[in-house]
Amino acid sequence: MIHDYIYPEFEVARDYDKCVVCRACERQCANEAHVYKEKYDKMTCINENCVNCHRCVTICPTHALKIVRSGDTYKRNANWQNWIINELVRQAGSGAALLSSMGTPEPYPVYWDKLLINASQVTNPSIDPLREPMEVRMRLGATPGTKPQRGADGRLKTQLPPSLNLSVPIMFSAMSYGSISYNAHSSLAQAAQQLGIYYNTGEGGLHRDFEQYGGNTIVQVASGRFGVHQGYLDMGAAIEIKMGQGAKPGIGGHLPGKKIVEDISRTRMIPEGTDAISPAPHHDIYSIEDLRQLVYSLKEATRYTKPVIVKIAAVHNIAAIASGIARSGADIIAIDGFRGGTGAAPTRIRNSVGIPIELALAAVDSRLREEGIRHRVGLVAGGSIRNSADVVKAIALGADAVYIATGALLALGCHLCRSCHSGKCNWGIATQRPDLVKRLNPEIGAQRLVNLVTAWEREIKEMMGGMGINAIEALRGNRAMLRGVGLNETELNILGVKHAGA
Amino acid sequence: MSAVTATTINAAGMEFRELNDRIAQNAEKDLVLRDVLGQRFLAAGRKSGGLEIHGVPGNALGAYLNGAEITVRGNAQDATGDTMNAGRVIIHGSSGDATGYAMRGGEIYIKGRVGHRAGIHMKAYKTNIPHLVVGGGAGSFLGEYQAGGVILLLGLGCENEFPVGYYCGTGMHGGKIYIRTAHPPKGLPPHVRFRPADGEDSAVIRPLVKRWCALFGVPEDDIYTQPFQVLEPDTEGADVQHYTANR
Ligand code: SF4
Ligand code: SF4
Ligand code: SF4
Repeated sequence: MIHDYIYPEFEVARDYDKCVVCRACERQCANEAHVYKEKYDKMTCINENCVNCHRCVTICPTHALKIVRSGDTYKRNANWQNWIINELVRQAGSGAALLSSMGTPEPYPVYWDKLLINASQVTNPSIDPLREPMEVRMRLGATPGTKPQRGADGRLKTQLPPSLNLSVPIMFSAMSYGSISYNAHSSLAQAAQQLGIYYNTGEGGLHRDFEQYGGNTIVQVASGRFGVHQGYLDMGAAIEIKMGQGAKPGIGGHLPGKKIVEDISRTRMIPEGTDAISPAPHHDIYSIEDLRQLVYSLKEATRYTKPVIVKIAAVHNIAAIASGIARSGADIIAIDGFRGGTGAAPTRIRNSVGIPIELALAAVDSRLREEGIRHRVGLVAGGSIRNSADVVKAIALGADAVYIATGALLALGCHLCRSCHSGKCNWGIATQRPDLVKRLNPEIGAQRLVNLVTAWEREIKEMMGGMGINAIEALRGNRAMLRGVGLNETELNILGVKHAGA
Repeated sequence: MSAVTATTINAAGMEFRELNDRIAQNAEKDLVLRDVLGQRFLAAGRKSGGLEIHGVPGNALGAYLNGAEITVRGNAQDATGDTMNAGRVIIHGSSGDATGYAMRGGEIYIKGRVGHRAGIHMKAYKTNIPHLVVGGGAGSFLGEYQAGGVILLLGLGCENEFPVGYYCGTGMHGGKIYIRTAHPPKGLPPHVRFRPADGEDSAVIRPLVKRWCALFGVPEDDIYTQPFQVLEPDTEGADVQHYTANR
């Protein structure tokens, strides 16, 4: 008989000298990794259950806990690495496809880390953001182009197409109610309003409690059309058509019936306990012409009062795809790179499909400029924007704004344990269990998001000041402000930047 | 809708946006559109006020429809009633592909046939139950991914074979498809069950048949010459574990 025993990835290390047996760790671990032994009045643990979310470590009053990676258990092998063998064993035992969450942990190149930002010296003075005005507001949407448009009466046409107006070019990207909790959504919505930016409902509809934040909400329309109705479309500041997601290009969504609890059922408008399946494609979209039809049906339904975003995953030929979308009538294109997060995705897709956002963004911006249609759309880049330097680099590569999601969840307490698909998030984020959800206080959550974005804004201004740029619009697509390090000719060409020193 | 009080719009040569502006300006009123020729998105999201269309409306007629009643005196094109929420669409001809896509409420009555992917991804919530009633046959993928709601296919004129193309009900996980036919479907997916309609089903079917017959002037007796069958998701065995948790 074959025994499938996978040695635990983590070990819970308890310092028994420090442990006062308060049993807080036991109460806090939804994975039931801590167990109290009455007979010995002592805590013990089940290492197999630990996902390394650091909840117990953070909460232990005496700091008696740490989680350590257990040693490699198989013979060292650079080809058949430990995790590759474990995944294979899991599949041999179950016959099932592997499911993961959050962005890929695999060591693909992170181009942000190979790009460096310029600063002024001597000839072009830098600006002190504390003493001089710096403009980081961004209008996101289509513009009429560089040529002034005149009406039949010869007067200049001054009316701009509908747009989103950001106080800082950062938005919270789509995470559905269902994939994340009510309190997580509440935190995002409140923070977006306080910051003068936008959050995104994802494909799960809009909870009625959050309708009050409509002015700072992007409502999403995905292939499953959950929760989509006229009132929902009217409520949002913009409508996003989800064509793809960076973490799982070409794959739809599937929220299992057991996660469709009463409140989520009402928001998605499907019965409790039924599966919520978003098919991979929109079954009415097979071409740019079909996409145009969905774009315009949404514009017609909202009488051209709000911009329509088309969100796509970064894949091969992204530039040609984006060029088509720019001609579809969409006001904004959001590109999601393959390192982006997810509540659940097949492991193989997450780890092997798509391309990095940096290359996709640069390729799209270049192509739209070459074709003279860059002004027709706003461009949003997402898929693992980790800090304010990534934001500055994305804008210099051609983005008007960025989407953040994993970063926002980290601010809410997420420790990137990549177990969202279990529905037992100890931080109250990727869960619907009321006892876990209440661990996230939405007011505190909102405050932390506001802190994060405010801190990034300050840093963006500092970096802009260093470059001698006082308006973020002057940074957009300004690739002269970037230099590459350790990149080959092809990479530099696609990114449209010179190597450092040149 | 009373033809006396209705306002008439001549749509000849009008772009869809202009025509829809005119329709939106008359939000409450009953309207008659004449010489419609392919204009899309007519009455998108419309809440109230009747709309009678002469000619052929373009794609996405009544998308997101929210309570209004639309009557088409002819054929309709693709995506009729896309994501509609409430109201009624009555088509005195046939309707194209993706008719009733993701409908979540309201009713669509079609005298003739529907194209491929009709009723795909229909869903229901509590009292919001969409109904799609089709007089003739349907193309492939009828009710694909159906999550709720009722599709009734009368299959008139298709009595010699199963009145739906290939892959009927693929991915279906809720709702019901009623089909008037004596023939079993070909290549039904394993998670969809096919059985004769019973008394409970008749209670749903009969009022819809009655309504359809009244709308299109067909005697009810002409309908009950064939048995009704039901397609519904087979929940047994649906718990197959396709995925296993990984890091
Ligand atoms: S929380 Fe810390 S002190 Fe309390 S039982 Fe756990 S390890 Fe011991
Ligand atoms: S799963 Fe989280 S809370 Fe539980 S033992 Fe591991 S680190 Fe601690
Ligand atoms: S959201 Fe929760 S479950 Fe998901 S990675 Fe973060 S801490 Fe883990």
